[in-house]
Amino acid sequence: MKDVAVIGVGMTKFGELWTKSIKDIFVEAALKAIEDAKVDHIDSMYVGCMSSGLFVGQEHLGAVMADYLGVSPIPSTRVESACASGGMAFRQAYFEVASGNSEIVLAGGVEKMTDGADVTEALATAADQDYEVYQGVTFPGLYAMIANAHMHQYKTTRKQMAAVPVKNHKNGFNNPNAQFRSEISIDKVLSSTLVADPLRLLDCSPVSDGGAAVILCSLDVAKKFTKHPVIIKASTQASDTIALHSRKSLTTLNSVSKAAEKAYKMAGITPKQIDFAEVHDCFSIAEIVVSEDLGFFEKGGGGPAAENGLTALEGGQIPINTSGGLKSKGHPVGATGIAQVIECYEQLTGQAGKRQVKNAKIGMTQNMGGSGASCVINILEAL
Amino acid sequence: MISPKYFREIPQRYRLEAGKCKKCGQVYFPPRLICPECKAQEFENIRLNPEGKLLTYTIIRVGSDIFSLQTPFAVGIIELKDGVRVTAQIADVELDRIKIGMSLKLVFRKIQDEGASGLHCYGYKAIVI
Repeated sequence: MKDVAVIGVGMTKFGELWTKSIKDIFVEAALKAIEDAKVDHIDSMYVGCMSSGLFVGQEHLGAVMADYLGVSPIPSTRVESACASGGMAFRQAYFEVASGNSEIVLAGGVEKMTDGADVTEALATAADQDYEVYQGVTFPGLYAMIANAHMHQYKTTRKQMAAVPVKNHKNGFNNPNAQFRSEISIDKVLSSTLVADPLRLLDCSPVSDGGAAVILCSLDVAKKFTKHPVIIKASTQASDTIALHSRKSLTTLNSVSKAAEKAYKMAGITPKQIDFAEVHDCFSIAEIVVSEDLGFFEKGGGGPAAENGLTALEGGQIPINTSGGLKSKGHPVGATGIAQVIECYEQLTGQAGKRQVKNAKIGMTQNMGGSGASCVINILEAL
Repeated sequence: MISPKYFREIPQRYRLEAGKCKKCGQVYFPPRLICPECKAQEFENIRLNPEGKLLTYTIIRVGSDIFSLQTPFAVGIIELKDGVRVTAQIADVELDRIKIGMSLKLVFRKIQDEGASGLHCYGYKAIVI
């Protein structure tokens, strides 16, 4: 397998993009990435998208986006793994380049969630329709049950969970592409409206429109385009039962720990060598559990770590979600995994501005689908 | 909920029918075609003991459109005596009385109405014992 690098990135602003269609959003991000990479063509592309069928009534996105990007007849494939669709699209692009099959490949992600669909119902299709959703469970409900179990088992507190969105909003304040560029307080989180006890509105990532794209090529080819390629050290994936209730543990996400184990092995590093991570904070409790399952903190240590600033940009042990995370940056589900890679790229090439992690050499992205039934992890390194 | 899809799930929703692996004894609800533990493909049809304990729960305050008139309602994960875990609403109880570890029992209840056809859809909910 060839070494593979990221040589250019582009994304739209995340938020309620009323005047833009799903096609406009994807093409805008893709054009920015192509321009940033300074490539004159792409050989193949992948489109991560969770549910354009339910959100806007359009499937067949591979062909749709190749057409509107003006690159037909190149191969173009849509990749779906619920909220991990973007991360999975990136991984497929990685393989296509690593195998030598294509030279320059675009990995993109998109979601258009504000066109009027029942978003709660559409997102719930990532859970077990017949044995979870049928009973009335929502996505906040599933993570709320993880939160209650974690609070019961590890004495994680409500205030510790609130520290996650407070920190992520502080980071997102400095991200020009973020949906919410406003700081919030612990009190504001704890007094926001209940969605699914104990989770409140400000524990939850928002409904967003947005697109993101990156350009991959082999390391040899990358050197022709840039002096600062970012190399992909690992790209791994794991799965778990679709229903939360079928898992032996309700407080550990096995897909996350399994994908992480493989990623550390593939990159030949330990969790301590990761300088910063973009993780899937779809809900505050998710960042806490994931920070444990990635090996940054011991089980039960995620809550205290968040509260004590160990995941903060300044003075943290491992800065998590410097982009603002899904909570502040926004969570157009199919685009999220690609946007995480973009934050890593900007950090590793010193372009993150006020969000810059000092001496950032190795970054990680962790993107998951549903209540953790699928997870994809990438480790990237500045060359 | 389209009626053939609903019809197929009746043995599980009305009678808690599960599959017990003939090789390793693991019980699956709903039944499966292959055992993830031992890969055997032969199962005995059994009915679950409806009693169990609450492992975790939440109160749904914002539901999908079809459940929005029922909010707020409680949903939990219940470990039944056969070791099987299910997700079900917790009914007939003051929401602030619900506690992890409490003993519950699955009973037959109406769950939802299918939007377009008006089909009544039944299944199990948990009550306190």
